[in-house]
Formats: sequence, structure tokens, C-alpha cells
Amino acid sequence: MNQLLLALQWLADPARWSGPTGIGVRLLEHLAYTALGVAIAAAIAIPIGLLVGHTRRGRGLAVTLSGAARALPTLGLVTLFGLWFGIGLTAPILAFVILAIPSLLAGAYSAVEAVDSQTVDAARAQGMTEWQILTRVEVPLGLPLLISGVRLASVQVISTVMLAAYIGNGGLGRFIFLGLNIQDYPQMLAGSILVVALALVIDLALRLLERVAAPRGAARA
Amino acid sequence: MSWVLANLDLLASRLGAHLLQSLPPILLAFVLAVPIAKLASARGWLRSSVTTTAGLLYAIPSLPLFIVLPIILGTSIRSPLNIVVALTIYGLALMIPTAAEALRAVRGATLDSATAQGFTPWARFWQVELPLAGPALVAGLRVVAVSTVSLVTVGGVLGVPNLGLLFIDGFQRGITAEILSGILLTAALALLLDALIVLAGRLLLPWSRPARTAKVRTAPRAGQQTAQTAHQAAQQTGEAR
Repeated sequence: MNQLLLALQWLADPARWSGPTGIGVRLLEHLAYTALGVAIAAAIAIPIGLLVGHTRRGRGLAVTLSGAARALPTLGLVTLFGLWFGIGLTAPILAFVILAIPSLLAGAYSAVEAVDSQTVDAARAQGMTEWQILTRVEVPLGLPLLISGVRLASVQVISTVMLAAYIGNGGLGRFIFLGLNIQDYPQMLAGSILVVALALVIDLALRLLERVAAPRGAARA
Repeated sequence: MSWVLANLDLLASRLGAHLLQSLPPILLAFVLAVPIAKLASARGWLRSSVTTTAGLLYAIPSLPLFIVLPIILGTSIRSPLNIVVALTIYGLALMIPTAAEALRAVRGATLDSATAQGFTPWARFWQVELPLAGPALVAGLRVVAVSTVSLVTVGGVLGVPNLGLLFIDGFQRGITAEILSGILLTAALALLLDALIVLAGRLLLPWSRPARTAKVRTAPRAGQQTAQTAHQAAQQTGEAR
């Protein structure tokens, strides 16, 4: 418990929050890496997922890929790319994108699949084109599930950004690895508290968005 | 490749340690999640709050959990106990919602007819409810197993000897083959455990594949059908033993 007090003292020191290696900058770096990784992965995975969900083709492949990707150790990818691409953004971003794709893909295809097929048939009978069905019926109705995919991907990337600090990138993981190197447990603890808080805040914010995004009047999935 | 051949002993010992660190959390999560889910499902508000808590726990990144837990447990960061407890928490976070959903999916009418046939609550749980929830529980266990094997590697950052340490050592010494073997062995171990769980599920729960009894909708009288389902469930449990 004494260690916890030291960690809280470490966090309460205003000098730690400012400056180029302060908590403020590290927090922004962490958010920026996460946003970039999730955005690139979303640009790849969401269109494919929607297509798979709408056409019901390639579903088996998508499920297998998502399942197999879960078996990939995050730390292994981060260190492997770190070794191959050296210092810079390529290695971590590549790892973030690969690790974010499965959740986004699963979120996108399950969002479309969860829509009642009678609703889709009704839309088709009214003369909607396939594109209109996708954008005006399936996506709005499946939006909460789509966002839950974004939420799971974001939480996964926040955790990976933390590990990427090990290969020399910024972000809140820096405090943990610095503390680990110099055997400064309160600093490791403080860094951990920051990462956990960030992950929980993002998770809760996106959960809230899921609720808001549910169309009024639609049965909850 | 030459690195791999020269270090087969190291790889084998890391793989063995990895397996030993993975199995307890997987088994503990499974064994603890079912009673927790059963108790929680007794009341709706309890079930939803347990499910939400589990979801939030899963959002916590693993490394911070490894670092924070020793304060509560009084262990050292590198202690295998610390890793086992942390990964059990993740396993529970994944398994409790799945188990709650699996138990909820067993139809109330099925349970009622089992009661009407004279099953005590205890016997009804073991012989009707659990076997019917079995296939969904196995599906949840597969996810827990694969994710646990992958998460164990994070302990390598802290110096816990397992396949994760190959990533750290390989990165520091610039040996690509060491990192690659770590990734391949981790994925292989995860897929092997997954395959074993699928196999065990097929042997222990032979009714898993198509849920025939649940899908029959043509039966004229619902009461008759559920009684049949309960009877079949009881028979199937008998066969399974």
C-alpha cells in the first residue's frame, strides 16, 4: 500500500505533467497512435466486413481469420516489426493495424448479419437498391454492433501502444518501461494506473456511443 | 534456422513453462465462471452488473494488471502466482458473460418439465441445465484458451520465463529467428489447446453438433415437446457417462 501512495505522489507532482516527456505529451501520443492505428484498420476492415455481411460470402474465411489472429501474440508482432523496420512509426502502426482488424471485421459483418432478414427483404421489395439497403437499413440498424467492434479494437490498440513503448515509441508505456529499467516500482505503478484509466475511459465512452447510436424504435440487438 | 536448431532445448523449456502458466488460468476461469454465472443469473440486475463488470475488466491492458496485482497479492511481479491470478481474471472476464448466456439459453420450459419429472434442483442443474449449456460453454472455453496462451507472453516483458521472453531476448540481441519461433510456438500452442477442447467437447457432449431438439418447431403441443427434450437431455447425459 505504501508503494501505491508513492505512485499517487508521483502522479500528483505537477512537474511530471508538463514538458516534452511529461504525462500530457505521452497521453496525447498514446491517443494519436491509437486513433491512427484504428482508423487505418477501419478503412480496410469495415468495408470488407460490410461486404461479407451483406453478401453472406466469405463469412467462413472472415471468421477463421479473426479467430486465428487472436492466437497471435501482440508482443511478438511488436518486437518482430521493431527488429525488421527499426525505429520509427512503420513497425508499431503495422502491428496496431494487424491487431485491430479482427475486431473491426467481426463487428462489421455481425452488425449486418444481426439485421432481421425480413426487414432487408421488405426494403428490397420496396425497390431499394443493394447500396441503399446497406447504407440506409443494414448499417443504421447494426450501428451499435459496428461501434462495439471499434471499441474492442481501440482497447486492443491502447494495450499494444503501451507495449510498443518497449521498442522505443512514445505513449504512456514509456513510464512503465523506464520504471522497469531503473527498478522504480512507484513509477511503473503510476504508468499502469494511467494506461488502465485511459483504457477504461475510452471503453466507457464508446459504450455510451453504442447506446446513443441505436436507432429509436428498433428492437435492441 | 540454425538458431532454432542450436537452441532446441531452450525452446522446449520455454514452451513447457508457457504451458504450465497457461493451463491453471484456463481451468480456473472455466471452473469458477460456471457457478458465478449460475448465481448471478438468479437475478436480472445481478446478471447485467456482473456482465458489465466483466466487460470492463477485459478492457484493462494485461501489463498494468501484472504490475498492479502484486500490491494486493503481496507477491513479486515475476511470481508465476501473479501471472496466474491476472490471467484468471481475464479468463473470468471472457467466460462469465458466455456462461451466463449459455445458462440463460436453456429454455425455462425444459427446466420446468425436468422439475415436474422429479429432478431435485441439484440433479436438474447437473443432468439437464449443464449438459444443455455445454456446447456454448465449450465455445467460450475455446476463446479463453486461445487468448490466455497469447496473453501469457506479456509476462516476458517483466522477465517471467515463457515464450514471451524469446521476443524480449530476440529483440535485444537482434535475432529474428528467435522472435519468429516464439510467435509460431505461441500460435501453435494456442491452436493445439483449441483443437483439444473441440475434441473433448465432441466426446463429452455428443449432442453438440446440430441442435436438433431445440430447432424442432413442428411439434403440435409445446408441453409434450419440452418433456421430450428434458427426457432426451437426461438420456444423453446418461449416455455421456
